[in-house]
Amino acid sequence: MSTYETIAKLLAESKDMDVKDIRPDMGFAELELDSLDVAELVMNLEDELGVPVEIDESLRTIADLVAKVDKEK
Amino acid sequence: MLTGKTALVSGGSRGIGRAICLALAAQGADIAFVYAHNAARAEETVGLLKKHKVRAKAYACDVADFSATQRLVQSVIADFGQVDILVNNAGITRDMLCMRMSEQDFNAVIDTNLKGAFHLIRHTSMQMIKQRAGRIVNITSVAGLMGNPGQANYSAAKAGMIGLTKTIAKELASRGITCNAVAPGFIQTDMTDAMPEGILQKAIEFIPLKRIGAAEDVAHLVAFLCSEEAAYITGQVLQVDGGLRM
Repeated sequence: MSTYETIAKLLAESKDMDVKDIRPDMGFAELELDSLDVAELVMNLEDELGVPVEIDESLRTIADLVAKVDKEK
Repeated sequence: MLTGKTALVSGGSRGIGRAICLALAAQGADIAFVYAHNAARAEETVGLLKKHKVRAKAYACDVADFSATQRLVQSVIADFGQVDILVNNAGITRDMLCMRMSEQDFNAVIDTNLKGAFHLIRHTSMQMIKQRAGRIVNITSVAGLMGNPGQANYSAAKAGMIGLTKTIAKELASRGITCNAVAPGFIQTDMTDAMPEGILQKAIEFIPLKRIGAAEDVAHLVAFLCSEEAAYITGQVLQVDGGLRM
């Protein structure tokens, strides 16, 4: 499973969405994720992939998160 | 009742911490508690807790150590399956007038009393967020509210815990997690037993209820704050001080 697919799966589970409705260019604001939601997503992602991810202000979209995780891999 | 819940209590082997463990166990909570050095007292506390027919285990850990507390929380979750309640009670004193206080003594008290609370909140909060429920109670002190000569380090750490409490209350409220602080005044413990009698008597004169408190006075409030009935109380500092500070 790619990083994007893993993130989309986790997001779909937590937001009760269809994974097909999630796009890489979607912003966290558009997904109605608050800072705690993003932290929870990142921590679940760390558990799933075993990769530490630093959260900073540059993380605004799913694509940003994919790039960050892939850089850490 | 707290049956089916797991409480993690730091500084649980004696004094106020032991009374808190016992009060939570009396409500049916399983107890994981942390102690620093005294394994014999810790085992004694485990024995007392088991009389309440709950699971109880003592863990030796320096709460001032970020990595050690991370391993501790992992062990507790492995042993008990969850952490529903966190009580940050671990505390030390290194009293001295500020002008004579060493940097080492200032740091030691901040590291254990304030950073220790941060470490345990940091490592247990994800579990509570996933559960969409949790209770955090930080044991601060009236010294953190009104200051106390000779306790610049202790008062600063306890005042810091109040800011920590209010911030955590705001950060985690949306996930059904409450965070409150309890501020004891003079309570009968090893710490007050070590005070010279004259100083203690002088202090009692300033307490409207004219007596020193018992560890159970604090523990009962903590148990209430951990209950379902306290679900609408968060970010508060509740004093158990016989009216010392009003």
